[in-house]
Amino acid sequence: MDTLRFYQEYWWFLVSLLGALLAFMLFVQGGQSLLYSIGKTESRLDMLLRSLSKKWELTFTTLVTFGGAFFASFPLFYSTSFGGAYWVWMLILFSFVVQAVSYEYISKKGNLLGRNSYRAFLFANGLLGPLLLGAAISTLFTGAEFVVNKENLTETVAFAPIISTWKNPWHGLEALANFWNCAFGIAVFFLARSLACLYFINNIADDEIRADSRRFLCLNAAGFLLFFLPWLVFLLLKSGFAANAADVIVSEEYKYLNNFIALPWTAALLLIGVVLVLTGFATTLFKPNFTKGIWFSGPGTVFAVLAILLAAGLNNTAYYPSTVDMKSSLTLANSSSSLFTLKTMSVVSLFIPFVLAYISYVWRKLDKEKISRESPR
Amino acid sequence: MTDFVLLDWSRAQFALTAIYHWLFVPLTLGLGVIMSIMETLYVKTNDPKWRRTTRFWMKIFGINFAIGVATGIILEFEFGTNWSNYSWFVGDIFGAPLAIEGIFAFFMEATFIAVMFFGWDKVSKRFHLASTWLTTAGATLSALWILVANAWMQHPVGMEFNPSTVRNEMVDFFSIVFSPVAVNKFLHTVFSSWMLAAAVVTGISSWYLLKKRETTFALDSIKIAAIMGLAGLALTLFTGDKSAFHVASSQPMKLAAMESLYNGQKSAGLTAIGIVNYEKKHNDNSPPMSWEITIPKILSLLASHDLDGFVPGICDIINGGYQTKDGVELSVSEKIRRGKLALAALADYRKAAGANDTAAMQESRTRLDTHFKYFGYGYFNTPDEVVPNVPLIFYSFRIMVILGLYFIGFFIVTLVCIFKKNFHEKRGMHWIAIFSVPAAYIASQAGWIVAEVGRQPWAIQDILPVNAAVSAIPSSSVKITFFIFLTLFSVLLLAELRILSKQIQLGPEPEETGAEK
Repeated sequence: MDTLRFYQEYWWFLVSLLGALLAFMLFVQGGQSLLYSIGKTESRLDMLLRSLSKKWELTFTTLVTFGGAFFASFPLFYSTSFGGAYWVWMLILFSFVVQAVSYEYISKKGNLLGRNSYRAFLFANGLLGPLLLGAAISTLFTGAEFVVNKENLTETVAFAPIISTWKNPWHGLEALANFWNCAFGIAVFFLARSLACLYFINNIADDEIRADSRRFLCLNAAGFLLFFLPWLVFLLLKSGFAANAADVIVSEEYKYLNNFIALPWTAALLLIGVVLVLTGFATTLFKPNFTKGIWFSGPGTVFAVLAILLAAGLNNTAYYPSTVDMKSSLTLANSSSSLFTLKTMSVVSLFIPFVLAYISYVWRKLDKEKISRESPR
Repeated sequence: MTDFVLLDWSRAQFALTAIYHWLFVPLTLGLGVIMSIMETLYVKTNDPKWRRTTRFWMKIFGINFAIGVATGIILEFEFGTNWSNYSWFVGDIFGAPLAIEGIFAFFMEATFIAVMFFGWDKVSKRFHLASTWLTTAGATLSALWILVANAWMQHPVGMEFNPSTVRNEMVDFFSIVFSPVAVNKFLHTVFSSWMLAAAVVTGISSWYLLKKRETTFALDSIKIAAIMGLAGLALTLFTGDKSAFHVASSQPMKLAAMESLYNGQKSAGLTAIGIVNYEKKHNDNSPPMSWEITIPKILSLLASHDLDGFVPGICDIINGGYQTKDGVELSVSEKIRRGKLALAALADYRKAAGANDTAAMQESRTRLDTHFKYFGYGYFNTPDEVVPNVPLIFYSFRIMVILGLYFIGFFIVTLVCIFKKNFHEKRGMHWIAIFSVPAAYIASQAGWIVAEVGRQPWAIQDILPVNAAVSAIPSSSVKITFFIFLTLFSVLLLAELRILSKQIQLGPEPEETGAEK
């Protein structure tokens, strides 16, 4: 394997890992979407908010770092997708902006909009965040309508010399008209809610909340499976684009299934992930006193999403297919940063285990004492 | 032909987001240090008054921090959504600091801020103190990386253009990180943020003194803030001098605009105050200033560290012909011509590469390398396109400097009164301190207007103008998002101000709650 390719794949792995960690951390959004359902009384709502408020920033930071890592390692994706699918990314951003202030403002006197508005903001982020992020990520498989032409940069007489152009007027909203993008978005939404139920069961020592969380877990886990499994079958059966030996983009039948076969460790990762997710759900549902389901389904989510994202880019796959101009499709090879930049950032990436270690340490320290009606604010 | 409507709205949206973001960041940077010092005093002395003081300022920090985070995420993603060409053309260089910022700084901040807010009495005092300092360090590190990226836009170094990928690629990471412009910009920004936070702490504390409430708390807070504010200002002044020197060498047009200097001079004087002639064009004979007071030779001293040094004006830069350390400067018309040659050479190179014609690739590459220095000028058509908004930059610079000097006096007087132990009696000073809070914000924003408007029309100085950096989206979409952001940020700002005002009225926690347990 040549050096550049190694670093491209290494950075695809890191970007995928950040995406997988983000999928897990979306339990915060899932929890927000349950504020009206589980937080029926003021004291219950207060406990849910106290529980989520310690974690929202990690989710937010993971999203920002996911974006930053994508920008740094695959800038052509950043320029093409963000500059083209403008509206879908803007909607995601709006929902995260209102979330960022809500935890701090909701309980403060003089918050101008009233407690219920911030609660509605959190709900909106809980609903739109996972749904839209899921739909946007699904376009890595279903594709988008864009053209990349680097020659445009030498153009000085036409409209601004823009390399990446979007070929429909909807600028990203069209992704929501695709059934499979929506199915994946809905699956991510239900997964986030299921993980949130598991998190509440683990983090809040309150019988009513735990009972309600189990009830909602049952419904949301069923919703997740109802949308995720057909999407997974769709993924395994669909064709995809790939770069051939001459670096020309061609269509390939069963591309993603082939990827899992060609890279069996990713298939194993997906299988282990799905089993862990289901184990977390099942043990929590069938063992009434079991509270550690999040520690099965959480890592399971990370493994499964990591495997899916790896399958999107490895094995010469076009991880962002253009449905209007096949040759514009983005692969790791044609969209990455230079070898020097990837190498430089790889040195920095060696600190990631250290970062993960201190996050785990602090998480354990803060969560040692479970949240209850009596625990200090 | 550029779509100027799209370009202007894209610029307006980015400016709006940056201005709002910068309302909150400096207070985070400065207040972080102030409250960390206060908590250190608490841990060292075990005196519960410091715990109470720390917890109050931490509350203010939290309210301000949340909205800073909210506006920050937009800025990161707007590089992609609104400046897609930019993202590809320099993403290889610009993306790296953003990724490093995420890995090193944001996670540190996000993790330890939770301990800082929720860890009182749950973790040991020392671990809590370490978390507070780490949150402050995370915020400062975050500033470091984004300012490294920004400094690179002002003074691009450590990269080479690759015609095969049609972008600039990083070749020397350390020359980017340790570029004198980057180091200086980071220090100037952080130290000026200490000043702003010091002004806010002094202003709020003075309100308590006016109301004859929380006197000990207020005087303790003012003492720490004023020392830090004065130290921050001294360092801001020092790094400001370095900034002027760097601007003179790498962005002479920005310096000329800061001074509304159209005709270059030896032994140039610095305009202390003046009124700009708004009608002035570079190619007419009208005076650039309607009225001014000038300090002789000081501009030459700042720009070249030589009282008799030559400082080029806007007309000199446009017409060329003056001596620089690299030789005789070309006119902008000639730079535009050479820039277009570079663009044509790049087009030829791409064609030759497509046809696998090695000889033609080599020939066009040589032409490209010869003219690449002026690549970005190829996107202009007339020389006057390189002139930024002179009055805005001129006045912003003066506002920043005059307010900076005012704050030196303000903090000196405050400290003298504090050490004479009569500050609590000086009601006039209390009012001045309260009215100084908006002045600190105005100075801080003015500084960024000088830096960013002064860089126009470049996204990256001499490499990529903003009209070649923008995304291909309908201007109507950008207009809509601009007004959504404007409404959203304004409502959130009003909410923040109202919450802050309520928290200030409530004051620090009662003694019993804040006391040592």
